[in-house]
Amino acid sequence: MKQIVVLICLVMLSAVSLAQQVVKPIKFSVLEQRYQQANDTTYVINFWATWCGPCVKELPNFLQLQNEFKTDKLRVILVSMDFRSKLETNVEPFVKKMGGNCEVVLLDEKDQGFVIDNVSEKWSGALPGTLIINKSKGIGSFYEQEFQYDELKKTYLNTKK
Amino acid sequence: MKRTILMLMLCFATTMAFAQSGYKVGDNATDFKLKNVNGKTVSMADYESAKGFIVVFTCIHCPYAKAYESRIMQLDKQFAMKGYPVIAINSNDYPEDSFDNMKKRSTEMKYSFPYAFDESQDIAKAYGATKTPHVFVLKKAGSNLKVEYIGAIDNDTEGSDPAKIKYVENAVTALLANKTPAVTMTKAIGCGIKWKKTT
Repeated sequence: MKQIVVLICLVMLSAVSLAQQVVKPIKFSVLEQRYQQANDTTYVINFWATWCGPCVKELPNFLQLQNEFKTDKLRVILVSMDFRSKLETNVEPFVKKMGGNCEVVLLDEKDQGFVIDNVSEKWSGALPGTLIINKSKGIGSFYEQEFQYDELKKTYLNTKK
Repeated sequence: MKRTILMLMLCFATTMAFAQSGYKVGDNATDFKLKNVNGKTVSMADYESAKGFIVVFTCIHCPYAKAYESRIMQLDKQFAMKGYPVIAINSNDYPEDSFDNMKKRSTEMKYSFPYAFDESQDIAKAYGATKTPHVFVLKKAGSNLKVEYIGAIDNDTEGSDPAKIKYVENAVTALLANKTPAVTMTKAIGCGIKWKKTT
């Protein structure tokens, strides 16, 4: 009996921890450190939010990019700019429904303004926005626009040249 | 020869138009004549006694605009009497942000300021507004309207940080004291203005 209780507890715990791992809140400094690494990986960082119509529309294109080039040194990170308080109520249910194989994080910063300039001076703060960066190749461009898949793929392939 | 010059001039004019990416602090802003929710039109020229304006590009559907709505109302209460009224402008081409919905929202919330519809989107383009909310604080200087501040209302959209920096409030307070605002330019996340499809 005891064993069963322990087992149930364990199952419940892992279920809880799995549910919590869908979208991680992340500080900007941590995110920046990741994409600033000179590790020959191309980071495609898409800034989006559940409330942003054009963002939601283009998200599948980013999932597709990661999928099509999964053997490449490519890392697509989807950074939700939703409020921290909306993580459990809006962002996680949305991401679960969306599925896919991309890493999704929520930018856990009250002052999002300082983040904008640190990502790129070209960014006005409108969503969606995408940073494509490969530190070891000296590539880093910001796109304040919505991407169709063909365009996104072409932009990514250009970084491989 | 005349034709070539004309062509060149035309080329130059279009290049200028494309290079125009909105105002910087220190530029002179254009006045406008836009349809207001009260059925009339609104221009800054209507405000003879104003010292300046808090022009806010905002809309109805955007969660960031929603989050700031009460703070925009508060800015007008705080500064209209002192000579810096709020003029809210919606430039979105988006069903939820229709003129009818603007009328409804402003009545419901009892806006104390005009809510103007920039249907052609020319004013948003001239100012360089890219998202909502996007604030331009203007100061009257003779017949000119000098841009004194561009950016966010404060650095705490969610409104959960008691130590937030109130950029617009600080800028207008400085202007009222005949000082230059300490911070003249900030950036914030917002919903991109929904532009009309050009094709």
